[in-house]
Amino acid sequence: MDCTNTGCFAIDDLEFPDDDRLKKGAVAVVECSQEIPCNPCSSFCPQGAIKIGSNINDCPHIDWTACNGCGLCLGYCPGLALFLIDNSKEKPRLTIPFELTPPVKGTEVALLDRSGKIVGLGQVVDCRILKKHDRTSLVTLELENPKQLRLVRGFTEVNK
Amino acid sequence: MRITAHPILDFGQKKPLTIYLEDRPIPALEGEPIAASLHAAGLTTLSHSLRFNRPRGLFCAIGKCASCMMEVDGVPNVRTCIVPVQDGMRLRYQSDSAISPGNSACPKNHAIKQKKTKLAIIGAGPAGLSAAIYAARQGIEPLLIEEHFLLGGQLSKQTHKFFGSTSHYAGVRGIRIAQELIKSCNELGIETWTSSSVIGIYPGHRLMVIHNGEIVDVSADTVLLATGASEKNATFPGNDIPGVYGAGAIQTLMNLYGIKPGKRVLMIGAGNIGVIVAYQLLQAGVDVAAVVEAAPDVGAYRVHSAKLRRLGVPILTQHTVSRVWGGSRVEGVEIMAVDNRWQPIPGSAKRFDLDTVGLAVGLSPSIEIASQAGALQSYIPELGGYINLRTSNMETSVPGLFVAGDNAGIEEASAAMMEGRIAGLSAAERILGPKPAISSLRAEVHEELRELRDGHFGKRIRQGNAKLTEEAVKNGLH
Repeated sequence: MDCTNTGCFAIDDLEFPDDDRLKKGAVAVVECSQEIPCNPCSSFCPQGAIKIGSNINDCPHIDWTACNGCGLCLGYCPGLALFLIDNSKEKPRLTIPFELTPPVKGTEVALLDRSGKIVGLGQVVDCRILKKHDRTSLVTLELENPKQLRLVRGFTEVNK
Repeated sequence: MRITAHPILDFGQKKPLTIYLEDRPIPALEGEPIAASLHAAGLTTLSHSLRFNRPRGLFCAIGKCASCMMEVDGVPNVRTCIVPVQDGMRLRYQSDSAISPGNSACPKNHAIKQKKTKLAIIGAGPAGLSAAIYAARQGIEPLLIEEHFLLGGQLSKQTHKFFGSTSHYAGVRGIRIAQELIKSCNELGIETWTSSSVIGIYPGHRLMVIHNGEIVDVSADTVLLATGASEKNATFPGNDIPGVYGAGAIQTLMNLYGIKPGKRVLMIGAGNIGVIVAYQLLQAGVDVAAVVEAAPDVGAYRVHSAKLRRLGVPILTQHTVSRVWGGSRVEGVEIMAVDNRWQPIPGSAKRFDLDTVGLAVGLSPSIEIASQAGALQSYIPELGGYINLRTSNMETSVPGLFVAGDNAGIEEASAAMMEGRIAGLSAAERILGPKPAISSLRAEVHEELRELRDGHFGKRIRQGNAKLTEEAVKNGLH
């Protein structure tokens, strides 16, 4: 679905690491394709894996060999535009920067795509709350299949 | 209507008070304005229109419009959105908002107090606070005048993290930046007058200010205006029904005072403000039916709109609001699709049952004081309408009168802070004479500001500023 004119990113316009990298563990992906004067993701990456050109308006690019999937960038990005995807475990995992009331570990959730449509069911397996992220929590979801690593970007609690 | 839990904000425990509306007791909390307490009690009608006696409620919530005026303790025409509650306060609806206060409300003592200052700064938002700090660091003792009872302006309700460079608050929430700026002002010992309105400016930088219930005649060597902007309304039937709020008013109610604007909201306008406020409504636990945008594309940064979309809120582009209905409160809204010539398409109407409509359809620069002072203006749509002409160092056509922030062109808070720094330094230079330390520091801020406006989204501002410079030069500024 082309949803760019209604405010979300189209999956075909985004870049993802290859399957081999995903098998090795968590890695950050960025959904930020407009010229915005912004650089916290790059400034705070402990691995120096996120590069923004000499112009602060340039879009960030992630070196997926250097990124170790620590997830720090997710909580620093003002646009909540970074995610972790991980296909190294039994079930694929997605980590989302989250600024509503953090969910409890174990919560069953409906998985939502970029336009908010329900595309599957999952579970909250981790919720990291770091002081330095100033109330942006990092919610890790267990997904149903690897395809959803590229598709799912939101969730809602099933009983809501 | 009060927010009990919030993912970003803590509202803490505040002392309960009682105020009286037409002799009926209303519970209130210390530290909030009158209109907020009434809203929390479900009382959204604050005044009535003169001719047809239509109910009117909050629209701007920051003292810019007149729709919240009531009689407070016998004084008419009080803007209840910026006056804090006091225990036992007595409120009455005004039957006729054109009433003259009469002798009873006038100061008894006509011997007007005098005050002298090197620099008077009007407005304590991001621009005014930054200007005060940068001028004070040069050894100037500015007088900072703010009509709200709180410092911080619109920065104090920005719960989102800011874009920009990590060397300039990027990744920091607006509310924290406001706290830092206020702290710096306090540390520098800057004299601040809150709840103080400038009611006139006269030749020779003389300001008449209502301060502590008295008129003070302030003689300043230089004046810096950081008066911000006011929210625009849009034209549709029912646009004055209580529950139709400026998006900023919604933000003020929920993020500054912890009060939900309603149960379910439709937001008009998918620029950054509309989209950000819609997201903040979800954070406050309020349902958002949709965001409606007349243009074919979403104007907000994609990262902002993407956050909203993935929580399931639709953004309906090429749609407009056609009418709102309700009595003393919004009950519903009708929207229609528009064609490529922006005309409503017959038969496309959709209706929503809801109690709140947010308008994020632009801001108008607050240029009234500059205008009274005789500063030249020009109409520059890219910067929000009528704008004070100024030099690149933020001096208007009136020597010694400076501007910064939204009243110098509608932009966002990071730019306002940088303009405030430039204007504060320029005012200091005017007072102290040329100094290399000031000009080199100012050049650094100019470079940061240039970088901030350098991208795709800065294009409109760059075009507006080019026009403004052209007009300014034509009028002998620079």
